[in-house]
Amino acid sequence: MAQPIKKPANVFAPWADPNAVPLIQFKNVTKRYGTFTAIDDQTIDIYEREFFALLGPSGCGKTTMMRMLAGFETPTEGTITIGGKDMADVPPNKRAVNMMFQSYALFPHLSVWDNIAFGLKREANMDKERLNARVEEMLRLTRLEQFAKRKPHQISGGQRQRVALARSLAKAPKLLLLDEPLGALDKKLREETQFELMDIQEKTGTTFVIVTHDQEEAMTVASRVAVMDHGKIIQVDTPPRIYEAPGSVYVADFIGDVNLIKGTIRKTGPEAYQIQYADNVPPIEVTECAREFSDGDKVTFAIRPEKLLVSETAPQDRANAMEGKIIDIGYLGNISTYHVELPNGQMIKAAMTNATRIDRRSFTWDDTVWVSFRSSAGVVLPE
Amino acid sequence: MRRAALILLPYSWLFAFFLIPFLIVLKISVSDPALAIPPYTPLLDLSEGWAGVKAFFAGLDFDNFKFLASDNLYWKAYLSSLQIAVTSTFLALCVAYPIAYGMARAPDEWRPTLMMLVILPFWSSFLIRVYSWKAILAQEGLLNQFLLWIGVIDTPLTILNTTTAVYIGIVYTYLPFMILPIYAALDRLDTSLLEAAEDLGCTRLQAFWLVTFPLSRGGIIAGCFLVFIPVMGEFVIPELLGGSGTLMIGKVLWEEFFSNRDWPVASAVAVILLLLLIVPIILYLRNEQKQREAGA
Repeated sequence: MAQPIKKPANVFAPWADPNAVPLIQFKNVTKRYGTFTAIDDQTIDIYEREFFALLGPSGCGKTTMMRMLAGFETPTEGTITIGGKDMADVPPNKRAVNMMFQSYALFPHLSVWDNIAFGLKREANMDKERLNARVEEMLRLTRLEQFAKRKPHQISGGQRQRVALARSLAKAPKLLLLDEPLGALDKKLREETQFELMDIQEKTGTTFVIVTHDQEEAMTVASRVAVMDHGKIIQVDTPPRIYEAPGSVYVADFIGDVNLIKGTIRKTGPEAYQIQYADNVPPIEVTECAREFSDGDKVTFAIRPEKLLVSETAPQDRANAMEGKIIDIGYLGNISTYHVELPNGQMIKAAMTNATRIDRRSFTWDDTVWVSFRSSAGVVLPE
Repeated sequence: MRRAALILLPYSWLFAFFLIPFLIVLKISVSDPALAIPPYTPLLDLSEGWAGVKAFFAGLDFDNFKFLASDNLYWKAYLSSLQIAVTSTFLALCVAYPIAYGMARAPDEWRPTLMMLVILPFWSSFLIRVYSWKAILAQEGLLNQFLLWIGVIDTPLTILNTTTAVYIGIVYTYLPFMILPIYAALDRLDTSLLEAAEDLGCTRLQAFWLVTFPLSRGGIIAGCFLVFIPVMGEFVIPELLGGSGTLMIGKVLWEEFFSNRDWPVASAVAVILLLLLIVPIILYLRNEQKQREAGA
């Protein structure tokens, strides 16, 4: 039996609290363009102060969800409420929602300062002093003080991204929408900016909804991730749960690398099963399986490459060990990926940290090795 | 080396077809009229050697320019041209902007057709098009017949041979030159900028004034120059549609050349017109340069 895991106190998880009132509610929202259904009868709740990510391949409907929140699109059916108020007849300029556009949409004829001040100037009871103070505050928050006088074409991509963020935060919206906010930045800058975004979100206490196709980005920044496909939300969960306990083969496959092994299941005890995936090999032993299956069900066993151990001899402390041959080795510096072929032809990917120098490694191409994992390391998914 | 050769090409073109003709006109403008072929004097006679060159330069003077300054017909014609050019540029802008805006907002599949419709008049002769306005605007013309038929007026309007007819002709003729640069500017406009403006609290109208209009300014300026510069020297439209009351410098130029056969005075008129136009041409080029820099 596994030990009960000690949870840290005061975790931010309003979605687990039945008394929490969501800030945003999609109720049976459908959006059609002609005969094409972009969003198909979706219901979700998003809570205040959440950093909520809509993740999916292009054309999955995530941008449509966001544009409906901003008010640029109206649902064909269903209702969207923000702070309990039905948004159906509220135009974009009357919503306490601001958006950071994928292209940043900075006004090229205005300076950085005027871009940030643009929304504030539209507010009815905004005096000059308050406006100046707010713009200065935004410039400080995004570290753009010395670029205030420049035009958008005179600053770098990363700085433009920060101007766009400052402009959309200036009006202190209840909800900030980010449409692929880091797509135009290079990898290193993107990673830095992800942490900056999280900092700013925490400092301002604004609810963020981010649209992205980059699963790493979604996992890094979000409190919860909604994985979408073909106009439907497949799973909404925290990043660790999305990764470790995907609810379907689609989610397991979409997030990160995964080995999918098909087989037939047989119950051996409470939360314990055996999966026969090939003839003449021992079955995969599975424990701590939350789902119920009946004997003979066709299932897919999903296991992440980094949960696998590659070794010369079968280790004694692991419930499952499969013999196979190394076909390929991908050396990535910090880790190596091994492609191991099992006797039934199934290819298994295993990722191992390069804890020792590469020339100390005792196995290489075409060697016979053992791929082993614990009985609780993978997830059983219905086919 | 190759760059120098590439730059040389447009410059030699300008040299052969702009600078040399201009120098010839400039030379004629400082000559005196004569009953001869060509109808001015002095001519450079190199057979007499150095003395010939000296005699040639001694014969040149600025009398024609002094004459232009003394006769108020000329500066009145310049002023009148300027006024007509400014007014018709403004009118063309007022007509062209909504058209260009409509084109830029039209569905993608319509745009080539709309563009075609704007360019289509260029397929027929400019002269024929201006002539057909005579048939439309005349006392018994199509416009008057139509207005009489629907009962808006009892007596035909006198439009042809007035300055109004000249404005109609100019705005009609130069409209594409105004539409195309404005359309190009509006077409480049990223629609997400308008969404951003709305998102930040603008109404549609505010978004137009704060975003669309300032961002199409380059196109507006380019269009205005493309209309203003040729209209300043326009001769055919006032000749065909305007009456004796319409004074334009292009018409004066024509009279001097072909009726009076006073080539030196006509050349002086042309030289001053060119000097006047150099100012807006330089401003136009600077606007283009700024647009390019902002776009880069």
